[in-house]
Amino acid sequence: MPKIGVYVCHCGENIAGAVNIEEVMNYAKTLPDVVLVKNYLFMCSDPGQDIIKQDIKEGKVDRVVVAACTPRTHEPIFRDALESAGLNRYFLEMANIRDQDSWAHWHDKSGATEKAKRLIRSAVAKVTFAEPLEDRYGDMEKSVMVIGGGVAGMFAALDLANMGLKVYLVERQPSIGGMMIKLDKTFPTMDCSACILTPKMVEVAQHPNIELINYAEVDAVKGYVGNFEITVKKKARYIDWDKCTGCGVCTQICPARVPNEYNYNMDQRRAAYIEFPQAVPKKAVIDRPNCLYFKSMEKTGKPACQICEKGIPPKGIQGCPADAIKFDDKDEYINLKVGSVIITTGYKVMDKSHFKEYSPHSKDVVTAMEFERILSATGPTEGELKRPSDGTKPKTIAMISCVGSRDERYHSYCSKVCCMYMLKHARILKEKYPDIKLYLFFIDVRTAGKDFEEFYVYTRELGVKVIRGGRVSSVDVKPNGKLRVRGFDVDLCSPVELEADMVVLATAIEPATGTEELGRLFAATCGREGFLREVHTKLYPVETASKGVFLAGCVQGPKDIPESIAQSRAAASAAAALVIPGKIKFEAIIAEVDREKCSSCGVCVPLCPYGAIKLQEYKGKEKAYIEPALCAGCGVCASACPSMAITFHGFTTEQILAQIDALAEA
Amino acid sequence: MAWEPRLIVIACQWCTYQGADLAGSLRYSYPPTVHIIRVPCSGRVEPEFIAEALKKGADGVFIGGCHFGDCHYKEGNYKAIRRFKLFKRLATDLGVEPERIQLEWISGSEGKRFAEAMTEFDAKIRELGPNPLKGGANV
Repeated sequence: MPKIGVYVCHCGENIAGAVNIEEVMNYAKTLPDVVLVKNYLFMCSDPGQDIIKQDIKEGKVDRVVVAACTPRTHEPIFRDALESAGLNRYFLEMANIRDQDSWAHWHDKSGATEKAKRLIRSAVAKVTFAEPLEDRYGDMEKSVMVIGGGVAGMFAALDLANMGLKVYLVERQPSIGGMMIKLDKTFPTMDCSACILTPKMVEVAQHPNIELINYAEVDAVKGYVGNFEITVKKKARYIDWDKCTGCGVCTQICPARVPNEYNYNMDQRRAAYIEFPQAVPKKAVIDRPNCLYFKSMEKTGKPACQICEKGIPPKGIQGCPADAIKFDDKDEYINLKVGSVIITTGYKVMDKSHFKEYSPHSKDVVTAMEFERILSATGPTEGELKRPSDGTKPKTIAMISCVGSRDERYHSYCSKVCCMYMLKHARILKEKYPDIKLYLFFIDVRTAGKDFEEFYVYTRELGVKVIRGGRVSSVDVKPNGKLRVRGFDVDLCSPVELEADMVVLATAIEPATGTEELGRLFAATCGREGFLREVHTKLYPVETASKGVFLAGCVQGPKDIPESIAQSRAAASAAAALVIPGKIKFEAIIAEVDREKCSSCGVCVPLCPYGAIKLQEYKGKEKAYIEPALCAGCGVCASACPSMAITFHGFTTEQILAQIDALAEA
Repeated sequence: MAWEPRLIVIACQWCTYQGADLAGSLRYSYPPTVHIIRVPCSGRVEPEFIAEALKKGADGVFIGGCHFGDCHYKEGNYKAIRRFKLFKRLATDLGVEPERIQLEWISGSEGKRFAEAMTEFDAKIRELGPNPLKGGANV
């Protein structure tokens, strides 16, 4: 007869706030084979675990049910506790009465309490049939894939590569650099963004342990921690990168002009283009939808333009000197094996078109990211401040914070960096053009961070007007082309109205396009706002729900550059700690054939997705045999076996039926 | 006491089980009539599990797996849906409405969808009323 101990956790108030612990404990005492029921404020704490260990050591219990949070995070902790007390680690079952009970049914206390009882009954029923099992070990692929070549991805890749690990850095754009390379200066030190980032970009590209895979996306993922098999789609570039020298000839002679997304469409690039002058690698690509060659081939089947390849001989203009143009280039799929993955795919900023009240149709209303490009020496105006509508120098600029952030219509969260970069913009402008009039509209100014408050005070002293109040109500275009900004000043307790030449909107940070899809490929989960979610905000800030998949940077939520780098280096260290030992522990949850029962039908053989089952001679007959090293533990064979000869350890048919009975019966 | 449905969800640990955890941590609520049994993969679900649950009086059985292409074990969810479709045809023969059993793909990131699916399933079962097999029947 098993001796089952039930341990009910309060999780502080998290469980006890909705579930009546005493009632649940009294109920648990009535369950078959339950010999003792105990409770504790935090079962996972040292004293909490000691309660369990003590009872095991004293021989009071030999099966354990912990009614607490989710086994996904805490099962390994309690299994270790069992093992350290001398009991097989698989004599444990958890009843998830927090994540799937108290939290979900917080306002239905009696419902939550009744459900907790049934969940405990189900766990007790399952643990009754538990069997002792042994963990297995497998080989770990000693390489890491970093997805996203922004500042976070680059630092993670460099750290891992410096530890001697092979790193694949996958970037969607033709060049690495991410969002940071688009910035002019960075707060609070006012470093030139490109000056501090470009040397790092070169370091990444030249590192012998980093394989840069640009203009590529993750297409499919198989496997799991230790042995991910990832298919990466390298998009067709139509230019042979082995030959391309980055000379830029094609980008000058290509006749097709298209809006330049790098500068947020404020200027033009050609269909053959290098993303930006400091691109790493400095290689050109052809943008197929806009290329005249492909357009004409699709329409008429005849090439209308091959200027990049052949030049214009009558005018003495030469085509690509490296003979690198490759119109027949195709998407290429490559398969990579890695032990761990770090996702650093960053963010995008909200488009101004959402905000009709701020006259988004006006060219002089720009987002802060667009303004950043206007200020940048590599931007559309080469760093000269010009009004986009008429090219004149603006005398008055209004900046509006929290556009789309802290706004229940769009995003409830704070985008975190806007207050500081608005002050940064103000400082850049004031230092360059002391006469310029700047009005900064804030809901309130949030400058928590090292040296941030000092930055704010200094900027104000430059003569920048800070207007605190609610949201700016409207921006209208006046007949003279100027912009009328209307808001409220809480310090004056009065409405304010002013005329500006330009308006800068600090639009919200959003997850990059495709974040959720990418997360899904790796079974990493997203939160309410679409950012990838860490397992635990405080304890596991870089881990995702999927083991071996880590995250860093704005893909997890808005953050500034120092935070992104700190997080990326933390993720690199977590990934390295996993990969470097070279071994990975697998749970003992695998299938096994009872060859006495096997009827030799062979149904299971083709069902196994890992080819782990074969028919082998046993007592003169062909019987199924499952190779434990190949079994991944899905249980498909066990559910198909007509002779019920396959036992799926950890989730046996007997155990699951016992759970079903426990839950279904009144 | 008024009748409250008893719903059993057999959930894949890689997706729907995570989705349920996520629903909880984001505080999306759904009826406490829902009880989850964790399995490694929806492909682990034996038709017998559904039969047993209905026989023992569960008012509804919901199987949650990964979206196609997302299965941690490559193709367990395809196997799950094949078995599920077969079983659904047998449900009428067992004397229960086929609507009492449902299969849906809910990923680990779809906490909100999990809560919605559970609320909808609960409402549907309440409309159907108690399981006709409740209180002893031969299956």
